[in-house]
Amino acid sequence: MEPVIYELSAPGRCAAHLPELDVPASQLPPEHLLREDLDLPEVSELDLMRHYVRLSQLNHGVDVGMYPLGSCTMKYNPKVNEEAARITGLVETHPYQPVETVQGNLAIMHELQGYLAELGGFEAVSLQPAAGAHGELSGTLMIRAYHRDRGDDQRTIMLIPDSAHGTNPASTAMVGMETVEVRSDARGNMEIEALKPHLNERLAGLMLTNPNTLGLYDEHVLEVCRLVHEAGGLVYGDGANFNALMGIVKPGDVGFDVLHYNLHKTFSTPHGGGGPGSGPVGAAPTLADYLPGPIVARDENEAGATAYRFVMPERSIGRIKSFYGHFGIMVRAYAYIRMLGAQGLLDSSMAAVLNANYLQAILSEVYPLPYDRVCMHEFVLQGRLEDAPDVRALDIAKRLIDFGFHPPTNYFPLIVPEALMIEPTETESKQTLDRFAEAMLRIAQEAREDPELLQNAPHHAPLRRLDEVRAAREPVLSWQRPEDDPATDETE
Amino acid sequence: MAFEVNSDCRYAENHEWIQVTGDTATVGISDYAQQELTDVVFVELPEIGDTFAQGEPFAVVESVKAASDVYLPISGEIIEVNDALEDAPELVNDEPYGDGWFIRIKVADPDEMDDLMSPDEYREFVAEQEG
Repeated sequence: MEPVIYELSAPGRCAAHLPELDVPASQLPPEHLLREDLDLPEVSELDLMRHYVRLSQLNHGVDVGMYPLGSCTMKYNPKVNEEAARITGLVETHPYQPVETVQGNLAIMHELQGYLAELGGFEAVSLQPAAGAHGELSGTLMIRAYHRDRGDDQRTIMLIPDSAHGTNPASTAMVGMETVEVRSDARGNMEIEALKPHLNERLAGLMLTNPNTLGLYDEHVLEVCRLVHEAGGLVYGDGANFNALMGIVKPGDVGFDVLHYNLHKTFSTPHGGGGPGSGPVGAAPTLADYLPGPIVARDENEAGATAYRFVMPERSIGRIKSFYGHFGIMVRAYAYIRMLGAQGLLDSSMAAVLNANYLQAILSEVYPLPYDRVCMHEFVLQGRLEDAPDVRALDIAKRLIDFGFHPPTNYFPLIVPEALMIEPTETESKQTLDRFAEAMLRIAQEAREDPELLQNAPHHAPLRRLDEVRAAREPVLSWQRPEDDPATDETE
Repeated sequence: MAFEVNSDCRYAENHEWIQVTGDTATVGISDYAQQELTDVVFVELPEIGDTFAQGEPFAVVESVKAASDVYLPISGEIIEVNDALEDAPELVNDEPYGDGWFIRIKVADPDEMDDLMSPDEYREFVAEQEG
């Protein structure tokens, strides 16, 4: 195992030697503001370089192997995106610059707003939110503001299906609303009858992921949106699974009032340890005035010259991010959309759905498939086998590491016991999908013949099975010098 | 899956058990529930004096797998919480019907006990759920 960099430290070793001071020394801040003996690692440049290169080699990323982490859309991040984001004219701009001097940046933001609005079927888009859950927070704040503007302060109930991402109830709680869970029916749709008792004057809205976390398109979505609207509520769309829909379905047309996009999922910007994320929100006419701002507007003068400026939507919930959101990420998503074009985006979603169905068809021969329908971009199997009762989803997930695959999302959604949620994405070839399927089938075989092989997996990773229980019960949150380690301290 | 059902308790659909003694009752989660959760790593308990209606969430139990609400099988006021779970959440796994208890309540309405399952009914309920 690679040591932490503090363990490589040697007193007095240094990576960069500064020249003699040849200007007057400035005053140090007052002593009470200074910490003594800040414990920094002392290493040479070569130690430093080797340490981080080795760490990077131990990491599994989508550039190394398939990463079928359901609900996360770990698609390939095209390197041309990085080229675009590194263009000098973009890199060397600053958010405090007068807008006349950064018209190119604003033009990119404006066009991106437009592309996202077009794909989602929305009136307007704000690029402010920093990630998906931040988009949810924005959307729930918008819904709250909408009801308050109408004097409907009592509308504080948010309906959330039992298949939802955990961030949905968390966002609802953050804005001071109450969550009511609505169960799913036997086909994985929202249960209409379970919805009906809540269609009253307390209803603020519904948060719906569609396709949902089972990877299924809700067959009742039109009726659900209609019922919620008729009861005076609004519908929030969790766009985490938008990769199944580009160019096929516009959530705005279906009846969603507000939806967040994950640029770091659907639009191929770095995700998971990379990032940062970006979670723009799109809004239908009902909520467009409430979008967080500023957003970019485009003016044209009589001579036909265009100019871009920042505006606050009329009833905006305000700023929810410093400056203008994660601009560098917007450039990457913009590049992705421009490289693919409308047809390319449609093809991407179609291939994502095809790839998921291909794997589902092969793997459901061996692993239980609790909701047996044509899936969208992902599907949920059960990691338990009748003739291998001692093997759990976790063991299967860990064994996959030995075959060079990142494990799928497991134990989520909560409504499927021993869930394995698999999302191959459109960027994997048929050969890679076949290799993954072969690994999964072989693991099922191993589970029957040698369950311990799975229970002790991974065998070929830099570390064996970690003691997650002990890590959670007795967390050590920062590196401690061996002499400070409470585990070895008798007095503790 | 093999699991124990304590014959002195009644059971709720969310897998809580309750055992009544006079006008107070002790509440915890069933052996089946702790097996499903796997190793419990944290339990968040309510404050003494809090009151909850039947079916309201009163605690959160966290395992490596998931965090789940725990619901009160009948209405009541919290009169005691099992502080030992703070340092030893594994008690929920080791002795779900014993030292792994969650709370004691003052029972608000003894009739609500009729809404709950007997040990045999609970055993059947789980078998059905397991399919």
